[in-house]
Amino acid sequence: MSNEWPLWEVFIRGQHGLSHRHVGSLHAPDADMAIKNARDVYTRRNEGVSIWVVEARHIAATAPGDKGPLFEPSESKVYRHPTFFDIPDEVGHM
Amino acid sequence: MVRDDFLFEYLLRLGDNTLILGHRVSEWCGHAPVLEEDIALANTALDMIGQTQMWLGLAAEVEGKGRNADALAFTRDVWDFRNLLLVEMPNGDFGQTLMRQFLFDAFHSILLGRLMTSSDTRIAGIAAKASKEVSYHLERSAETVVGLGDGTEQSHERMQAALDYLWPYVGEAFIGDTVDAEMVAAGIAPDPASLRAEFDEIVTRVFAEATLKLPESRFAHKGGKTGNFHTEHLGHLISTLQWLQRAYPGCTW
Repeated sequence: MSNEWPLWEVFIRGQHGLSHRHVGSLHAPDADMAIKNARDVYTRRNEGVSIWVVEARHIAATAPGDKGPLFEPSESKVYRHPTFFDIPDEVGHM
Repeated sequence: MVRDDFLFEYLLRLGDNTLILGHRVSEWCGHAPVLEEDIALANTALDMIGQTQMWLGLAAEVEGKGRNADALAFTRDVWDFRNLLLVEMPNGDFGQTLMRQFLFDAFHSILLGRLMTSSDTRIAGIAAKASKEVSYHLERSAETVVGLGDGTEQSHERMQAALDYLWPYVGEAFIGDTVDAEMVAAGIAPDPASLRAEFDEIVTRVFAEATLKLPESRFAHKGGKTGNFHTEHLGHLISTLQWLQRAYPGCTW
């Protein structure tokens, strides 16, 4: 519908040092209002120190139907996990 | 030293502004045009109720008659309220609500900025805490006024109508009386008239951007902050606000 505000995806950084995480989406007429709405909808219980918003149409995504060719080939390649090294005891916990 | 009865009166004005507008804005809860605005309005209302607890809490302390913020909010009669007429005006449509909010936020943010340097540290402390919330309220309401004023033909007309309707209730905020003069003399609060230039600057800038025409008349309805003459709207609001404490005095849950 053309008279609906566009959809925005919201990313919040919970604490300094952590990365922004996708927390949800909302509608807003522009980026400034999207940030304000995100502040009011998603950070009212002290959840955030930084907000990113991006209009949903700008996010390119994989199609669920492609998950076979995209993701299944890596299922059988355990040698890609670095679990075959002998770690010397002196190294301790990694 | 300022007399306690003058200070009490002044604190009631601060607390009643936020109590009555907080209640008005809370009337939108569950009714706003979109979810995002609904939550934003509820947040704004809650901020103002929080500020009310601080102002009326301090008022009760200054009064020293064993009342608390709840007693002041829920058991005074309509003629005891000292809020500006502007904040008791009905919500109208969403545009009128946001226009009222913007006009009050602009005044409120300037006032709190001055109160932060009050000679009374309790008042300065409350003002510092509230002013962070109110800066955001002003940013949000100003942006919405611009968005709707400079929006569609219909939104523009509604915003202009809201401004024309509410403008005569703006001037009261800048008219001082004996209570104000006592506060000024004690260094507690600014002369209301001294806030007008900054207020005019904000509204002129925002209304220009919103393509709205500022009414020329400076006629001001008054009587709210002195309690001499409220509008017919306040009594209805108070009866909704207070019915539970009136029906079940002292009830807690």
